[in-house]
Amino acid sequence: MIEMKNVVKKYPNGVAAVKGLNIEIKQGEFVYIVGPSGAGKSTFIKMMYREEQATSGEIKVDGTNITALKSKEIPYLRRTMGVVFQDFKLLPRKNVFENVAFALEVIEQDKEDIRKRVMEVLKLVGLQKKARMFPDELSGGEQQRVAIARSIVNKPKVVIADEPTGNLDPETSWDIMRLFDEINSGGTTIIMATHNREIVNTMRKRVIAIENGQIVRDERGGDYGYEF
Amino acid sequence: MNFKTAKRHVKESFTTMSRNRWMSFASISAVTVTLLLVGVFLVIMLNLNKVASDIENDVEIKVLIDLGVNETTELKLQQQIENMPDVESVIYSSKKQELVKVQKDFGKDFELTQQENPLKNILYVKAADPKKTEAVAKSIEKLEGASEVKYGKGKIEKLFSFVDTGRNAGIVLIIALLLMATFLISNTIKITITARKTEIEIMKLVGATNSFVRTPFILEGMWLGVIGAIFPIGIITALYSSIHSALEPKLTGEIAQLLDVMPFILQVDALLLLMGVLIGVIGSFLSVRKFLKV
Repeated sequence: MIEMKNVVKKYPNGVAAVKGLNIEIKQGEFVYIVGPSGAGKSTFIKMMYREEQATSGEIKVDGTNITALKSKEIPYLRRTMGVVFQDFKLLPRKNVFENVAFALEVIEQDKEDIRKRVMEVLKLVGLQKKARMFPDELSGGEQQRVAIARSIVNKPKVVIADEPTGNLDPETSWDIMRLFDEINSGGTTIIMATHNREIVNTMRKRVIAIENGQIVRDERGGDYGYEF
Repeated sequence: MNFKTAKRHVKESFTTMSRNRWMSFASISAVTVTLLLVGVFLVIMLNLNKVASDIENDVEIKVLIDLGVNETTELKLQQQIENMPDVESVIYSSKKQELVKVQKDFGKDFELTQQENPLKNILYVKAADPKKTEAVAKSIEKLEGASEVKYGKGKIEKLFSFVDTGRNAGIVLIIALLLMATFLISNTIKITITARKTEIEIMKLVGATNSFVRTPFILEGMWLGVIGAIFPIGIITALYSSIHSALEPKLTGEIAQLLDVMPFILQVDALLLLMGVLIGVIGSFLSVRKFLKV
């Protein structure tokens, strides 16, 4: 599903955020990306949906080398994946339904299909009754559910999440994690950067630890491994 | 792009335009002022050009025939000129006819009438191409019987250099104004976009193409340009029509004429509309570009 070979990312200021990553993630896997702040986790994640472009090396998503993609082709890469952020990134002036539907509208899907599919995912994340509410009327956990609904609404093969529980209390975090687990059990690959030790140590998955721009550990069912 | 998407883009562009009412108004005003000046300038310059070329086309060479030559030499001279490749026409005018002309111009009591006619017989020569006038005049000078060859040397050049200077100054002014209007539109769009930065970012992250993100903003810029063009088009059309109908009767029979209202004014209008659209589209294109790098 995702393959990286000798991936290096240097920023224009000379800082090398990623120094030679090699990795293979198979379809249907659930992977935690852990490591201290500034270790290169975000760069790693951003390179997968081409918000950042690798300086050298090869990144393959579903067989396509995305480091060679022209900027015109990037939208089509992103339609095969969902992205979830720590700060939800919802549109405050659109209601729950519209926020999720937005992802399908911009890829020009049929209105009736959009309505059906949006109600389907809202039911999956347990928000079908709040479809008409606006983001500021929802709790943090509910907002993240909306964001997750938006990320899976176009049936992506992979969902990439950058600290999705970073802004949530422990109990809500568990709800969100259960939701990700459920999505994963449907065959969707999940790649999640996280700082949440309790979650990683309890919901055991593959753990990839990045330190100083390099992979220092890649363990199936591994633990978080850091004190913070 | 399907019809539904196109409809969405149009709706979107109008929504943001009314949301930033004051900035939109400022941009439209800038376009209006610019196009009004451009339009007035265009109308004046094109008419000056027309007048200049009318006058130029009317340039005649006046060949004064030596008083001492006989009729055979005069006829020979006329034939020689007629046979020149660049000559269109040659008209003979005797000194008696010339006297009548002078009297007509200066009044019957012109004192020459009391004396012997001092004028010369004249050949009026017209070159096929006004630009060849000088060359033709020079070759006539060499012929036997031509005592003096006159043409509007200097006058035409002066007129043309006046028109040229006016045109250059005007072009500089217009370019400055067009740039200013483009800049103002680009700023309006930038404000629109900055307010929607997150939205664009999310659009890009869920796989919207650049053109999908860009189109509503480009349309918005285009509307600003088009709306800004309406007033100048109306004013210039009305103004030129009334000036033309006021001046036309006074110019009948004169060498130089103004350009006819139709289709001239429609061409100017179309040009103004096109400029409005371009200002708007280029202005918004410039400011959207930066925001698409997600």
